[in-house]
Amino acid sequence: MNFEIILHAGIATGSVLLFAAIGEILTERSGILNLGVEGMMLLGAMAGFGTSLATNSAWLGVAVAVLAGGLLSLAHGLVTIHFQADQVVSGLSLTFLGTGLALVLGEGLTGQTPPLLLDYNIPVLQSIPFLGPALFQDHGLLVYAGYLLTPFTWFYIQKTRPGMHLRAVGEKPAAADTLGVNVYGLRYLYVFVGGCLAGLSGALISLSVSPGWYSSQTTSGQGWIAIALVIFAQWNPFRAALGGYLFGMLRRLILDLQGPRLLFGLVNPLYVNSNYSFFLIMTPYILTIIALIFGSRAIAKKRAGSPSALGIPYIRGERGQ
Amino acid sequence: MNSTSPAVEMKDIVIEFPGVLANDHVNLTLQEGEIHALLGENGAGKSTLMNALAGLYKPASGTIRVRGELVSFNSPRDAILKGIGMVHQHFMLVPTQTVTENILLGLNEPRFVMSLNKFDQKILDLEEKYGLFVDPTTKIWQLSVGEQQRVEILKTLYRGANILIMDEPTAVLSPREIDELMETMRSMTDQGKSIIFITHKLGEVVDIADRVTVLRKGVVTAEGESMKGVTKKDLAQRMVGREVIFTVERESHELGDVVMEMTDVSALNNRGLPALKDVSLSVRSGEILGIAGVGGNGQSELAEVITGLRKCSGKIFIQGEEISNQPPIKAINRGVSHIPEDRTAVGTAPSLSLTDNTIMKGYKKHPIGDGWRINFQVAQKHTSKLKDKYNIIAPSVNTPAGKLSGGNLQKLILAREINCEPRFLVAMQPTRGLDVGAIEDIRALLLEQRSHGAAILLISEELEEVLSLSDRIAVISEGKIMGIVDSEDVDIDKIGMMMAGMQEIRE
Repeated sequence: MNFEIILHAGIATGSVLLFAAIGEILTERSGILNLGVEGMMLLGAMAGFGTSLATNSAWLGVAVAVLAGGLLSLAHGLVTIHFQADQVVSGLSLTFLGTGLALVLGEGLTGQTPPLLLDYNIPVLQSIPFLGPALFQDHGLLVYAGYLLTPFTWFYIQKTRPGMHLRAVGEKPAAADTLGVNVYGLRYLYVFVGGCLAGLSGALISLSVSPGWYSSQTTSGQGWIAIALVIFAQWNPFRAALGGYLFGMLRRLILDLQGPRLLFGLVNPLYVNSNYSFFLIMTPYILTIIALIFGSRAIAKKRAGSPSALGIPYIRGERGQ
Repeated sequence: MNSTSPAVEMKDIVIEFPGVLANDHVNLTLQEGEIHALLGENGAGKSTLMNALAGLYKPASGTIRVRGELVSFNSPRDAILKGIGMVHQHFMLVPTQTVTENILLGLNEPRFVMSLNKFDQKILDLEEKYGLFVDPTTKIWQLSVGEQQRVEILKTLYRGANILIMDEPTAVLSPREIDELMETMRSMTDQGKSIIFITHKLGEVVDIADRVTVLRKGVVTAEGESMKGVTKKDLAQRMVGREVIFTVERESHELGDVVMEMTDVSALNNRGLPALKDVSLSVRSGEILGIAGVGGNGQSELAEVITGLRKCSGKIFIQGEEISNQPPIKAINRGVSHIPEDRTAVGTAPSLSLTDNTIMKGYKKHPIGDGWRINFQVAQKHTSKLKDKYNIIAPSVNTPAGKLSGGNLQKLILAREINCEPRFLVAMQPTRGLDVGAIEDIRALLLEQRSHGAAILLISEELEEVLSLSDRIAVISEGKIMGIVDSEDVDIDKIGMMMAGMQEIRE
C-alpha cells in the first residue's frame, strides 16, 4: 500500500463524483431536485464511449456525452418545471429511462477499444514533493479542469450577479419572479447544466478513469453517491470536492487492502478468504447512507445550506411561496 | 406631465378564477400625489385587482391606463418599467441574502461580479431621502418585520417607482411601527409619489387616505370618494353590506378555580432561538385570558407547549397535574382542547371526510369505537348532529374537509374541540381570514364555553378581538409577557407600547 498511489487514484476517480456533484449542486440551488444523476451519467458514459469508437475522437465523445446528459435532464425539466410534477418521482423515472437507453444503445460496445482521453503532466507543479506526482502527473485534462471548476463554481454562486439570481430562484422564487427574474427559464438552464456535467462525468469514467463499457457496472451507483455528496457538502462546491476525492481514495484503498498477504504483520483475512471483501466493497455505499442520515439531520437542525424552495414546484400567484 | 390624466386608471376590470369572479367590472382611479385607500373584507378581491396592476395576473377584460397611456402587462417586469411597484403582504424577500442583494435582484447591475460597496452607498442615500433606515449589509432573516417592510419599499423606490401599491402594510406591524410607516407614506407623497393602500381596517383609512375605493365581493361599492364627508360607519356598511356590531355582549360572572397554571416556561423556536422567556400565566374557570401581540413574538410556541407539541423548560399544570413535556394525549385526557393556528395543516386532515375529522379525538370512545373497531354508522350520525348544531355548511358528512370554506372548516374544528366539553381551551387566531358572519358565530361559541365554565386562552393578532372577548389581557413581545391588564380598565396606548416591547410603567 502506497499512500501516493491511493491519493493519485483517489483524485482521478474522485473527479467523476466531483463533476456530477457540482452539476447537481447547481440544479438544486435553483430549486429542482434531480435524482436521475445515475441515469444521466450512464447515458453519458455510453454516448462518450460509442462516439469515440465511431469517430475515432475521444473529445468528440466527451462533447456528445455532455449533450446527451443535458438533453436527458431537460426531460426532467419539462416534467417538473412545465408540468409541475413531483420531482422525486420524475427523478427516479429519469434514472430508469437513462439506464435503459444506455443499456439498449450500448449493446455490443463491451470489449471494444476506442481512442481514450490522454494523460498529461503539469510542468513545474509536478515537481512539488509528494503532492506533485499525485496531483499533477498522469491525469487527464478533465481532472485538472476539476481543480478549476470547484473554486469557479463557488465564486459564481456566491459572488456574481447570475449566481445571486440562481440562489434567489432556489430560495424564494416568488421574490425573484416579482422583480422580473425569469424563474422558469433559469430553472431550465440549471437543470440542463446539471445534466451536462453528469454526462461529462460519465464520459470521464468510460474514456479515462476506468476505460471501457461494462453496461450498468460502468457507473456502479456513483450517481447516487454524487447526490449524497451534495447533501453531505451542504450545497458547497469545496466540500463536494473534498468529499469526492475522499470517496475516490476510499475506493482505491479497498482494492489495495485485498492484495497483500500480510497486513501490518498479521495474516490478511481478505487475502485468505476473498468472500470477506464483499463487505469491504459495500463500504462506500454504507458510508453514503450514513452520510445521508447524519447530513440530513444536521440540515434539519440548522437548515444549513439547503435551498428553501428545493423540490417545490413554482406556480405563479400561489400564496405562501 | 399631462395634468388631466390620472396616475392610474383601471376600467371595467374582470378577473376570474375557477368558480370565483374575483373582480366584476371594477373601476379605480389613482390621482397623482394622493394616498388612495382600497378597502374591503378578506376575499373582496383587493389583492387580485392590485396583482393585475402589478403584472402578476392578466385581466380577462377591461383596460389599464398609466398616465393616460393604455398598457397591457405580461409580467411584473412590464409593470416595473411603467413605474409601478408593489409592496406585497407576504414579503417577497430572499431571507438568506442581504438587503442590498435583495434590492438589486432582477436588475442588470452590477454587470457580473458583486462588489457591493458602491450600491450600499446608493441605497443609504435613498434611505436618507425617505427616512427608511435599515443596514444594507444585513441579511434579511436578521431583520424585524418592520425593517423587512422598509426593504420592500426601498426595492420599489430603487427601481424608480412613482406609483406604489401597498398590500395590507400594517397587518404585521406594531402600533409604533404603523405610525412610522404613515410618516414615510406622507413623505413619499410629498415628493410626488402616488400610493394605493390596501387595508380592511377602517381607522387607518380615516387616518391617512385622501380618497377611498371600497370593494365588496368583487364589486365596487364606493368609487374614489373623498375622505371628507365620509363616516366610519358608512364605510363599514359598504364594506360588509349591513350594519356591523362593533361590540360583543359579554356577561360578567363569578370566576372559578385556577384550571391552567404555567410558571417560568421557556422554549425554543424551530430555528433553535429562544421564543418564550420565563412566561408565567394562569387562567381560571370561566375566564378568557387574551394574549395580544404582533405576530411571531412567541404566540405559536406558547400554544404548542401547552398542548404538548413543543418541549419547554418550566412547569405547566392543568387542574393540578403537570403536563409540560408530556405527549399531547396527556393534555387531551386532562380536558385540553386546541384550536390551532393552521386549519389545514394542523387542525384537520383536508383530504379526509368530515366524519373522519370529527372523530379524530374521540374514535376510541364508546359508542364510536371500542378501541379496536370503529362504528362508522354511529360516527356519521354523530357528525351530522354536530353539522346541524354548529351550522356547518357542507354537502354531506362524507365530503372531504378540504372542500369546506375557511369559516365552515373552522366551525368543524370548533365542533370537535368544544363538543368534548373542554376544561381548558387554547384558541389560536380563531377568526383569522373569516368573513364577518363566521367571525360572529365563532366569537359567540367561545363566549358560550366561557359561561359553561371553561378556561380559555385566546391568542390573536387582532387587538380588537382580544379587547372585546377577554376578561384579562396579557401582552407578549419577543417571548416575554410585558404585562397583564384587566379588560375593564384598558388603555390602548399602554397596550400598544407593550406590544412594541416597552415594559409596563408601574405607577
